[in-house]
Amino acid sequence: MSDQLRKVNVDGKEIEVPGHYTLMQACEEAGAEIPRFCYHERLSVAGNCRMCLVEWVGAPKPMASCAMSVNDLRPNRDGTPANIRTDSATVKKAREGVMEFLLINHPLDCPICDQGGECDLQDQAVAYGRSRTRYDEGKRAVDEKNMGPLVKTNMTRCIQCTRCVRFISEVAGVEELGLVNRGESAEITTYLQANLTSELSGNVIDLCPVGALTSRPYAFNARPWELRKTESVDVMDAVGSNIRVDARGAEVMRILPRNHDDVNEEWISDKTRFVWDGLKRQRLDKPYVRDNGKLREASWGEALDMVATRLKGDPERIAAIAGDLCDMESMKALKDLMGSLGVSSMDCRNDGATIGGQGREGYLFNSGIAGIDEADAILLVGCNPRMEAPIINARIRGAWLNGDAQIAMIGEAADLTYPYEHLGNDPAALTALAKKRGGFAKTLRDAKRPMVIIGMGALARPDGAQVMRAAGELAAKLGVVREDWNGFNVLHTAAARVGGLDIGFIPHNGGRDLAGILDGATKGEVDTVYLLGADEIDMNALGDAFVIYQGSHGDAGAHRADVILPGAAYTEKNALYTNTEGRMQDGLRAVFPKGDAREDWTIIRALSDHVDSRTLPYDDVETLRSTIRRPDAQAFDPAKLGEEGTMADVPFASPIRDYYLTNPIARASAIMAECAANVLGVREAAE
Amino acid sequence: MLDDKDRIFTNLYGLHDPGLEAAKKRGAWNGTAEFMALGDDWIVTQIKESGLRGRGGAGFPTGLKWSFMPKEVGDRPHYLVVNADESEPGTCKDRDLMRHDPHLLIEGCLIASFAMRANACYIYLRGEYIDERIALQKAIDEAYAAGHIGKNACGSGYDFDLYLHHGAGAYICGEETALLESLEGKKGQPRLKPPFPANAGLYGCPTTVNNVESIAVTPTILRRGSGWFSSFGRPGNVGTKVFCISGHVNTPCNVEEEMSIPLKTLIEKHAGGVVGGWDNLKAIIPGGSSVPCLPRDICDTVLMDFDALKEHRSGLGTAAVIVMDQSTDMVRAIMRLAYFYKHESCGQCTPCREGTGWMWRVLTRMCEGKAEMAEIDMLLDVSQEIEGHTICALGDAAAWPVQGLIRHFRHEIEDKITSYRADKSVHAVAAE
Repeated sequence: MSDQLRKVNVDGKEIEVPGHYTLMQACEEAGAEIPRFCYHERLSVAGNCRMCLVEWVGAPKPMASCAMSVNDLRPNRDGTPANIRTDSATVKKAREGVMEFLLINHPLDCPICDQGGECDLQDQAVAYGRSRTRYDEGKRAVDEKNMGPLVKTNMTRCIQCTRCVRFISEVAGVEELGLVNRGESAEITTYLQANLTSELSGNVIDLCPVGALTSRPYAFNARPWELRKTESVDVMDAVGSNIRVDARGAEVMRILPRNHDDVNEEWISDKTRFVWDGLKRQRLDKPYVRDNGKLREASWGEALDMVATRLKGDPERIAAIAGDLCDMESMKALKDLMGSLGVSSMDCRNDGATIGGQGREGYLFNSGIAGIDEADAILLVGCNPRMEAPIINARIRGAWLNGDAQIAMIGEAADLTYPYEHLGNDPAALTALAKKRGGFAKTLRDAKRPMVIIGMGALARPDGAQVMRAAGELAAKLGVVREDWNGFNVLHTAAARVGGLDIGFIPHNGGRDLAGILDGATKGEVDTVYLLGADEIDMNALGDAFVIYQGSHGDAGAHRADVILPGAAYTEKNALYTNTEGRMQDGLRAVFPKGDAREDWTIIRALSDHVDSRTLPYDDVETLRSTIRRPDAQAFDPAKLGEEGTMADVPFASPIRDYYLTNPIARASAIMAECAANVLGVREAAE
Repeated sequence: MLDDKDRIFTNLYGLHDPGLEAAKKRGAWNGTAEFMALGDDWIVTQIKESGLRGRGGAGFPTGLKWSFMPKEVGDRPHYLVVNADESEPGTCKDRDLMRHDPHLLIEGCLIASFAMRANACYIYLRGEYIDERIALQKAIDEAYAAGHIGKNACGSGYDFDLYLHHGAGAYICGEETALLESLEGKKGQPRLKPPFPANAGLYGCPTTVNNVESIAVTPTILRRGSGWFSSFGRPGNVGTKVFCISGHVNTPCNVEEEMSIPLKTLIEKHAGGVVGGWDNLKAIIPGGSSVPCLPRDICDTVLMDFDALKEHRSGLGTAAVIVMDQSTDMVRAIMRLAYFYKHESCGQCTPCREGTGWMWRVLTRMCEGKAEMAEIDMLLDVSQEIEGHTICALGDAAAWPVQGLIRHFRHEIEDKITSYRADKSVHAVAAE
């Protein structure tokens, strides 16, 4: 690819652009707007909609500006730069013609189309089309296609741009969409009309420039201009995808991606996109206390007094556990409150992972998510990125597809949408790889940008610390961590985890960790447990302890609780989250918490007033945030991570068994339940 | 008029044995190794000097096309692909070449591949050509057995493999890049150009795609000299050419003639004249269904070559002459062609996918006269919105016959509309 600057004349304006630029990019550089349907920055070039035609003065035909590069242009005979016109009569006529062709078989049912108001075809028809039709013949109708519970089709509206086909085969990596038949009869369909099985399938809804693919759950619910748009951050996984929450009144109507090149590009996973109906079900909207074994509604004062009374007890017998979706403010406030009470048993690693406390780089995705693009050799250890972080999986697929990255895996074999060398299931394979000179060990050693991604399937187990040491030593030995590159990456599954570790929501001064807390509760040594949104732990292990549950959804924690303090879901609070790469991001409130529920840190702040003279020293969120600091940097040596010791002869297994049901919000969602049932159906059919 | 001694395809009518030994007696495989010994540059120069223009329709100089291939074989192999997906309505020249003179094609494949340093050659054969496939495969097997192709082809030290690939019967696969897609096992849809096949063709490697006839004439050009070949026809339009004459003529035929022969002479001499005499002629499509038709007054004098037909806003195309006499309903005839292009459009790009059906529907109404006068200009405008705006030339091919109809036979459409209206008003009066 020649990056030499080339001169080109666009509409009489001479500009200089890199030679590999497409004419479209060059025209945009010169300030000319080019309409397009099939072209998309993150997909391969199809050049089939013909909307982006421009004139190269002297050429016999107009050119598709998305497909032609500046390097392909020849200068004029007299040596002056080639002339491109985007405003000539030829171009205007070409655009009008293409627009007319696109519209003749389009149903023009805008009043009943969900794309209305955000439709490329509508907008461009106004800008570049003729005001009336000359087409008097019958219009084509196309059968609707089944694409599963998420994507609703109305294929008569389709303009065959094939963006969806290219996304599904290139980014999502499942060859399930295609253009069948020919000419006028060409149709987009899934193979035998089966459901899409990708965790990224919802993105085709955003990509579709017309109303052919729309959101099934959102169908006929709202018009875009009625919605209040709030830019926020997703908590369904540890990627921290940038999202836009669209709400009407007190209801979240839909969730869309926002572009962030270094995090989620412009994709989001289906769980992120469609979990919103879970925000309306199973909500905790009032404080509850348990009376004679039954939960009953209570006032905030009563509930907080009851909690305060318990917290005034022996700090050795009190513990706190933070869950997967917690924001940093609430964890910081709870840590401060517990600290002032002298409680040292607390843990945010509610999956039992033995990470943290050894420097920040020991638990981060150090290369950054964008670093995957550069990686040329990737070793996956005990993780299934497709389930744990579909966005990261798509990025790895991109590295394989566009950069020929070589990939190997130690752990449970699964379809990750790209080929990989399976080196084994268990810790022994890790030891074996470390001893190897050739094979994938050599690939990693010789790579320019080697990467090891270690997941919770390898770390959230009793010998996690030893596995961490083995992986760290391997990384050190094969040069994964270099002066200008740190390819040692921990892939988290929970949005709260890195934030919790940064705050230091882990046991200190000899306090109990998760296993210790559960063990103590079973034995009766711990009699008060504060669950901050923690639903993924074994509730039976809490024994007879008095359980305080603060959270947004009536899930496992609330069922076990003796006092329930209703908190806010992630769309209902201004809060900070730190993603797996250590990027702190701002989530904004789209709607208010339900009923009597409150933003989580304010509940803890109010609680501190009820515990005598323990008032937390902040009255607003800014003051609270100013107390949140990242841990100080330490020298990083991967070989010193974890602990020395023997690893168990037990295969690694991804912690995520059911992608669609990983947290209380998703479990409350009917859409997610339908997706999960579908996957189960497919799985059973396959068996 | 071409003398028998100057014919390249001496078994065009299958009067003789198409087998290897008989073909050798007619001159095939004579001196092949010697030409190869003179080097690839020499061959390309000879073809350039002969003035051969591609016989598939576009008329691009063949020698020049060959010279676009990279001079050295890098890490990507080179390929020659022979386009035998002959599907243009009216065209049936390659069919006879492959049936009756297959060894000239195979020899041509070897010489052209050698000249372009190709590592292999593929012949992409039209799906419906079953007999041709059998004949050609038999000839290929004979050539392999005789050592003319394969390892150390003709004793030249050059290893050459030739594969015959059978298409599945889609017209669009005759477009060179759609052909490459199909050959790769994908859906036959044309690719965007650039990059051109000489840079990134089959499997992304340098590739040249040539028509059967262009390849099959090259051995004879080398044997008899580029000067001999260029002595036929007018400058820029030289050589001999197989014409396919069909329609309202007394003896439809394929015939090899020199370029630039007057159209009238061609028909009178070889096809037994127009049915009912030259005066009974209405129109001729001179180069296969995709070029605009010509009315009789132009047919009287026009020469059959690229430039002369272009002057009359038509084209030589594949040199498939479709003759239509006075009994022809021109609107219906062109409507049928419009249906063909609607049916064969691949559906990839917008103007062709949507426009071909639109044109066909309007023409269908016009056949009966159920149209407005203003729709004639609208139809012309629609055809111009398709032309030049598509990825491949199928859009142009669909538009040109319609443009030819309106250019030369507008009055026929107008007559139909007028008489339909008159008919209706008569009925309207009667009903009162």
